[in-house]
Amino acid sequence: MAKTLISTPLNITTSDTAVSTVDITSGIDDTYSVYEFHFYNIHASDDDAELQFQVNASDGADWNDSPLTTTFFSAYHNEDDSGTPALSYHTGHDIANAATFQNIHYNLWNNVNESGMSGSMTLYDPSSTTYVKHFISRVSSDGFAMASDVHMAGYINDTTDITEIRFKISAGTIDAGIIKMFGVS
Amino acid sequence: MGLTFIKALTASSSASLDFVDGTSSVVLDNTYNEYQFHFVNLHPATNAYYPAFKASVNGGSSYGVATTTTYVRAMHAESGATSFGYIDGYDAAQSTDPIYMAEDVGHDDADKSMSGKMTLYDPSSTTYVKHFTIETDAYNGGDEQAHQLVAGYVNTTSAVDAIQFLFSDGNMDEGTIYMYGVS
Repeated sequence: MAKTLISTPLNITTSDTAVSTVDITSGIDDTYSVYEFHFYNIHASDDDAELQFQVNASDGADWNDSPLTTTFFSAYHNEDDSGTPALSYHTGHDIANAATFQNIHYNLWNNVNESGMSGSMTLYDPSSTTYVKHFISRVSSDGFAMASDVHMAGYINDTTDITEIRFKISAGTIDAGIIKMFGVS
Repeated sequence: MGLTFIKALTASSSASLDFVDGTSSVVLDNTYNEYQFHFVNLHPATNAYYPAFKASVNGGSSYGVATTTTYVRAMHAESGATSFGYIDGYDAAQSTDPIYMAEDVGHDDADKSMSGKMTLYDPSSTTYVKHFTIETDAYNGGDEQAHQLVAGYVNTTSAVDAIQFLFSDGNMDEGTIYMYGVS
């Protein structure tokens, strides 16, 4: 078996345990060359909230030292078939070499209990001290009665090893959902 | 569904990394219906050449089976410029040349590379063409981040029994490719 569950850093089934951040501070090292983070039914307390991430290198702290350069695009289609389904690049959701939080998604919907977001993000070779660290994510959601297929990718422009990752919600809290971390070997 | 590790090949100024069924513990036959290749930091020896692959139907005696692909790319320069869309010219139409998985990966800085994944479906079929999907992220020579979605088929009804990964010109300086079977 080449995909190993390392941890389940988020597992919320009731809103009384809601959180605004999920910090993974162990288990990211040179044990694996490829890590996967799987998101299951992430549900936000606020409309238009966005799941985001940043990292700490081994010489960093406070989630603001490692610049990211990213791309972000999506395909979307309304449930009522209104408008024109489209594939578009989101200039407001990418980053050009800045140490800020990167959106994994956009447009979460609080008003409907069954609404959420699921998908995964792959992080390559976080322990490298030679290369930048590539990542690729793809998630699906149904926010605002619309199917969205969201693609985000980029690199952490830091040759120091990455040891920690923070997922956070841009507004309010994550009031339901599961995040699992896997190592691929 | 599980992933079974098959083989890892690491480049060291290598002309190519070849996964050949029956050679060096590589299995690329009807044992699995689906194979995955995970690319970790492929780095060219020469600047601005394209990571690519070629298929073989004769156990690696020759590579370059006619292949047709689509190529979609989102790109974002560190300086801020973006582009997004279908890239005509990096796709392939019945090409026997190296099939591009990204472009312009930089050699000029030691930290530039490409990572990603290729999924190859049912390579042992003797009825159907061989479909594949590829998704990569690259740090390009122009200080640009590029996210590629490539898909297509190797247009043969013979079994594909070897895959070669290479750069379009020059050697693969560094990088590791992990091969898995999916069952």
